[in-house]
Amino acid sequence: MRVSKLTDILLTLAPLPLALAFTSLALLIVGGSPLEAYRQILAGAFESPAKVADVVTACVPLVLCGAGLCVTFTAGLWNVGVEGQIILGAIFATWVARHILWPQAPVLTLMVLAGMLGGALWGMLAGLLKVYGRVHEIFGGLGLNYVAQGLVIWLIFNPWKRAEGATMQGTDPFPAPAWMPTLGRLRVAPLAVILALAALVVIYFALRGTRWGLELKALGKNFRAAFLLGVPSTPRMLTAFAVCGALAGLAGAIRCSAVYGRLIPEISGGLGYLSLLVALLSAYRPQWVPPIALFFAALGVGSPRLELNLQLDSSIGGVTEASVVLAVLLVNGWRALLARRRALQEEAA
Amino acid sequence: MDTSFLIQTLASIVAASTPVVLASIGETISEKSGVINLSLDGSIALSAMTAFAVAFTTGSVTLGILAAMAVGAFVALVVAFASITLRQQQVAVGFVLTLLCADLADFLGTPFVRKPGPEMPHLPVPYLSAIPLIGPILFDHNLFIYLSMLSIVATWWYIYKTQPGLKLQGVGERPEAAFARGVNVNRLRYLYCVVGGALVGLAGASYSLSIKLGWSHRHTFGIGWIALAIVIFGGWNPWRVAAGAYLFGLFKALGSILQRNPAFSGVPTQIFASAPFALMIFALLLVSSEGVDRLLALLPVRLARALDRAMRGRPPGGLGKPFVQG
Repeated sequence: MRVSKLTDILLTLAPLPLALAFTSLALLIVGGSPLEAYRQILAGAFESPAKVADVVTACVPLVLCGAGLCVTFTAGLWNVGVEGQIILGAIFATWVARHILWPQAPVLTLMVLAGMLGGALWGMLAGLLKVYGRVHEIFGGLGLNYVAQGLVIWLIFNPWKRAEGATMQGTDPFPAPAWMPTLGRLRVAPLAVILALAALVVIYFALRGTRWGLELKALGKNFRAAFLLGVPSTPRMLTAFAVCGALAGLAGAIRCSAVYGRLIPEISGGLGYLSLLVALLSAYRPQWVPPIALFFAALGVGSPRLELNLQLDSSIGGVTEASVVLAVLLVNGWRALLARRRALQEEAA
Repeated sequence: MDTSFLIQTLASIVAASTPVVLASIGETISEKSGVINLSLDGSIALSAMTAFAVAFTTGSVTLGILAAMAVGAFVALVVAFASITLRQQQVAVGFVLTLLCADLADFLGTPFVRKPGPEMPHLPVPYLSAIPLIGPILFDHNLFIYLSMLSIVATWWYIYKTQPGLKLQGVGERPEAAFARGVNVNRLRYLYCVVGGALVGLAGASYSLSIKLGWSHRHTFGIGWIALAIVIFGGWNPWRVAAGAYLFGLFKALGSILQRNPAFSGVPTQIFASAPFALMIFALLLVSSEGVDRLLALLPVRLARALDRAMRGRPPGGLGKPFVQG
């Protein structure tokens, strides 16, 4: 028994070294030095207060979308459409920034609300396609991601093009009131961090302590049984999509208001997909989202340095992130397999 | 419009559809046996990169193709191992592999970005390519295109006309019944998932060695998701899946003709790039939505039934579910 407990602990910790081994292999294939690469990534993420601020800023959308995805995953839904929901949030917030010329406080409030509305609508669309169109949310969501990407580029090249002409650099900078204030000269907006943490707490309690959360859990665990027991499946699924979409939209609004101060084509740039990995790794428990987001954000902020200093592509950060999740899936499966074997042996004995 | 232009356009549609045909036929084989290989989009990117990188380094197109097929098969093997042996969610494993393979392709492919490299040699089929109309459209291409057409016929024939094909259907439709008849369900699922994966790898190779030569960032842009949707659109039937793939190729060709039209010159290419995905959602709605059910109910019963049979397909009964073998 003691031996198996030790194996258990080792297996829990195994995914990280496995993923690092895989990443190192990829680095060795292109002739890089893994140790030097990891050193550069760490330095790139934490060497100065400015870098730490960037990591925190990169965390914000991951925490928001990760928390939102805990909701949809709990309901058994694969909301792959987060990427598009971030983009729509940014588009709605940009509309407010360009058209409502009020003082800062009301403009920012409106931008945040508009972003949440945009994301929620785009999320609901994937939900409606699923419920009424029987289009699986993976395909609906993915399709809508590409449509959102096309939409943002169309906006940047046509109605919202720069005064001196359309470019891939994005729209003209927002008027000053639409910029979320940052902490001194650091690129981190305290308001954004507060909003993300508040959202996380709300989701944590909504999933744990409300009837709505319980019903989502029931749908996720056994859809048919929950449906037969009278859980209103359609409204619950649609609200799950809307809540996740609203948080993703909020992330989009924050990206354009606090990070770029304008709308750019790559306003999400894969954050949605990354947050799906965060949520998978958290096993849909919101309390685990921030530390995982921190790890991913550090990789994301640190790895571009590889391009500058070692001429290696920064996509290695993504390789590490995805391979950690894959390793967790494999190790979990392996543990379950061992447990089944053990049970069989005990039965035989 | 003169005929030579039409023939040229049709021939280019047949050629351009090749990766989608190969990938969706590969996925059909896998899903028919009950395994969803959701990793297609990443798997195609990684195998396309591998094909080009190997062909570039060794100078041999053949080695490039074999390497790509090995990559596709290996990714499918991981899906099979994680979902069949380790009983993890097929969709989760596939999705994570999609992202992993795409990033890996970007990372490992960096030295090969925008390099001119080898190309699959043109190979008109003797005699057949001389047939008027059909010859230049179907038989004046390279080996990839012939293989893609062959894969449609061979897959249909294997699944519906042979004894092992019947077993393939059995493990996908009703694994319990197949098992009761002494079929090793999980071994066959492994086999067909890997075979399907090899075809996906071939699809990747056809991309970087023939359809869109070379390698660049986001080289295969979402084609794997399209292929996955086409399997559903085609109702898991090789002929209809292939028809869906060619139909998609037709729409893409129309799109690029529109794009060249001066009236659309102000429209950025990215919008044309995202149009296929709107089409994908629409196509899936067409084959599965309740609304279409209601429309069909308005038609005369026999016509409605015929349309239903022509347009729709049911997923294999055991699709995506792990089978616990005694």
